Amino acid sequence: MTKITDLTIAGALDGLAKGSFSARELTQAHLEAMAAARHLNAYITETPEKALTMAEASDQRRRAGKAGAMDGIPLAIKDLFCTEGVPTTAGSHILQGFKPTYESTVSTNLWKAGAVMLGKANLDEFAMGSSNMTSYHGHVANPWKRKGDPSVLVPGGSSGGSAASVAARIAMAATGTDTGGSIRQPAAFCGIVGIKPTYGRCSRWGIVAFASSLDQAGPMTRSVEDAAIMLGAMAGHDPKDSTSVDLPVPDFRAALTGDIRGMKIGIPKEYRVDGMSAEIETLWAQGAEWLKAAGAIPVEISLPHTKYALPTYYIIAPAEASSNLARYDGVRFGLRVPADTLDEMYELTRAAGFGAEVKRRILIGTYVLSAGYYDAYYLRAQRLRSLIARDFTEAFKQVDVILTPATPTAAFAEGENSDDPVAMYLNDVFTVTVNLAGLPGISVPAALSAEGLPLGLQLIGKAFDEATLLRAGQVLEKAAAFTARPEA
Amino acid sequence: MNDVMANDSNLIQGRTGAWEIVLGLEVHAQVISNSKLFSGAATAFGAEPNTQVSLIDAGFPGMLPVINGYCVEQAVRTGLGLNAQINLRSVFDRKNYFYADLPAGYQISQYLQPIVGKGTIILDLPDGRSREVGITRLHLEQDAGKSLHDQHPKKTYVDLNRAGVALMEIVSEPDMRSSEEAAAYLKKLRSILRYLGTCDGNMDEGSFRCDVNVSVRKPGGELGTRCEIKNVNSIRFVQQAIEHEARRQIELVEDGGTVKQETRLFDAGKGITRPMRSKEHAHDYRYFPDPDLLPLELDAKWVESIKATLPELPDVKKARFIKAYGLSAYDAGVLVGERETAAFYESVAKGRDAKLAANWVISELFGVLNKQNKEIGDSPVSAASLGELVDLLADNTLSGRLAKDVFQAMVETGKGARAIVEEKGLRQVTDTGAIEAAIDKVMAEQADKVAEYRSGKDKLLGFFVGQVMKSTGGKANPAMLNELLKKKLAG
Repeated sequence: MTKITDLTIAGALDGLAKGSFSARELTQAHLEAMAAARHLNAYITETPEKALTMAEASDQRRRAGKAGAMDGIPLAIKDLFCTEGVPTTAGSHILQGFKPTYESTVSTNLWKAGAVMLGKANLDEFAMGSSNMTSYHGHVANPWKRKGDPSVLVPGGSSGGSAASVAARIAMAATGTDTGGSIRQPAAFCGIVGIKPTYGRCSRWGIVAFASSLDQAGPMTRSVEDAAIMLGAMAGHDPKDSTSVDLPVPDFRAALTGDIRGMKIGIPKEYRVDGMSAEIETLWAQGAEWLKAAGAIPVEISLPHTKYALPTYYIIAPAEASSNLARYDGVRFGLRVPADTLDEMYELTRAAGFGAEVKRRILIGTYVLSAGYYDAYYLRAQRLRSLIARDFTEAFKQVDVILTPATPTAAFAEGENSDDPVAMYLNDVFTVTVNLAGLPGISVPAALSAEGLPLGLQLIGKAFDEATLLRAGQVLEKAAAFTARPEA
Repeated sequence: MNDVMANDSNLIQGRTGAWEIVLGLEVHAQVISNSKLFSGAATAFGAEPNTQVSLIDAGFPGMLPVINGYCVEQAVRTGLGLNAQINLRSVFDRKNYFYADLPAGYQISQYLQPIVGKGTIILDLPDGRSREVGITRLHLEQDAGKSLHDQHPKKTYVDLNRAGVALMEIVSEPDMRSSEEAAAYLKKLRSILRYLGTCDGNMDEGSFRCDVNVSVRKPGGELGTRCEIKNVNSIRFVQQAIEHEARRQIELVEDGGTVKQETRLFDAGKGITRPMRSKEHAHDYRYFPDPDLLPLELDAKWVESIKATLPELPDVKKARFIKAYGLSAYDAGVLVGERETAAFYESVAKGRDAKLAANWVISELFGVLNKQNKEIGDSPVSAASLGELVDLLADNTLSGRLAKDVFQAMVETGKGARAIVEEKGLRQVTDTGAIEAAIDKVMAEQADKVAEYRSGKDKLLGFFVGQVMKSTGGKANPAMLNELLKKKLAG
């Protein structure tokens, strides 16, 4: 018999509905698995008591016939989401001791749907990183290993703890946030599904901000169907977030018809980049074939400003971050290093509280916004951003979704890339455009590399058309029939 | 900038000749609203520290601003009241700097695209002249909190009650040329804001704060380097600060020095300005559009609907008072200064001698209010009873002299004019017979004085008037008394 931790959300909801097991049992099984997998360091804070209390309440609701859309499903919550009464660290030393008195809108929505919190998942500090090696709370290990190679691999970033916990079956699903690829890249590295919804689909209220105009929360799951279920529970208009969009949330699960006949699939020629591995290039072509076999029509398209996406992103994101992180000053919450003057207190607190990558981005952001450089950097980046968004608008006049690789390589080992920040930033090369344009994107596990590591394909959709994206994603998922799982 | 001809009377004499002061003002006016610009926290003045602070105001992680529509409406109303252009699209920016009372590490303000553009304001000068001053812009921004340095020998406390309160920063063109003009500008701006109900204009409570930009030049010459005097908290201090600062700059330049562009503070105790920080060390605010807020888009119809609700503003009201009531420009200007005063006056004047009503409001009532340090709203004399008094004067029930007594009694007791007249029997005597009898009696008692008068000492007329008034308890109609007395004394 399959272990209940191996079930998908859809499968677990069936089992719970039939009474095959209780939410308490499901949660208990995950808590035990978590305890056995602490070497992954996927969680910063485990909340077993809270989990059991929530699970018991779920069982009561189900008995009373009042079960919600995700009732009893145990989740890991990225530690960038503020959770009431539970330490929230953003992976940083500077939030030492911070326990919010409030709950993020997305997690509130999930609890309203009946979900259960297992704990707070590890992440790159303030979501800045592609390897999960910038967390103050230590590296997260990817549960996957190369064939015959004991090296510890990175799970990707910044939602690396979330991805690792879902892949390792120590959470049935997890929340992530994606500013430049932070859901899709770790999903690809860990062999799971991750969707970054359209900007404005999910509320940002209560999520520690990295780059406000790019950040968006999304689900990380083990199937496209699960992603559809969970996105439906997370999404919705929130009057507390001015950028949240007042649109109805479609029934995403009902959109998974499997029928993509006649759907036009864009294949952007500019995504053949230097440094992309041959097997990823092959997989990309294979993906197009799979969709074609299901009745879709591949169309070559052009997104001419793609080459400017990374530099544009690495100006806008640090600019916003430098401002968003100014509030961590030691005055009202978190870490404070005492000093004789206010300025000195700021300096010592921020020097001690932020890690190297965060400092690097604050400095870049401060520089590109400063007088005399604003026009040369920030303003030009904003113009390029508009051009990148316009590329997509043009492309979507011809096609319904766009197919690209999710990452240029499979997961790498700890230490590889880490001495070269620019090489590290290249991990986001296929994903950042989507954030710059505010569009939805999904990463679906599609194959194993020669070394036995998962590889993902990405689909990009029209704004607020997650339904089509999920439908195509599920067709891809079925064709790939990715059933491998990590051994660790 | 409007090129304003130097008015000779405004020039200051220095050692090397005449100098012209060039002034521009930046006013921070706190918006009247129940909640803050981007949060639902309350805005009442004088609450216990940190009792009106939301998580948004305190800059907690994950908090997001949501614009308060009423504050936007207030800014639009103000813009319309300043005859200014309303920008249907404006953008909120972040102004980044570190300070303990600025919780998020940035202030949300408007920079390149403010909600209100160019407008004008008409100054009423003490000599009766009027002149126009340009408004450069009005933008909305959050207030910062307050650092309390005097509560503990080594610690600074922070009160965030004010953090996030909506301010309108109203920036003038450098169109003013004297401290009197600056004072007139502040008075007029405050009057307009109060009429509109968008700012209470209270300088004591900090809801109307002023920064003054001062430079000097030879009349009509190139603009000089300006210094900014921060946060001057009364109109009188603004004038003193300008006078001192202009004098300082002139002396500096005449001694061969140059004016440094810097921010200065006014020391009210010593009546001088001193440097706060120089612009070279000023912050680089790293402005950029706030990504948490969408650009503010206004509907032209909505703006029109606000325009339709604007009250009659001071300039229009003043013109109407001059025309309808035949008042002097000065009197009309005084009466329209406050909306409540104008309403009070109109209620007194309605159906009566408007000029007489104006005199009573301006000289008598304002005198009492000034002495008692009261606003028109707390006036001990109601408009209705002051109106009664004017009626009693008009129908000759009271003489001017008696009326002053009655008015005094009204101030003291709060009773109506008629009631006091009845109670004290202060009705003026207009009966010729009665007055003649009183005159006869006085003349009989003062036969020697009558003789002196008749022998040419006609200055004694005043003495007889006084005696007769005394004997009638002050109630004799003065004009009749004078006439009859002269006739009788003439024999």
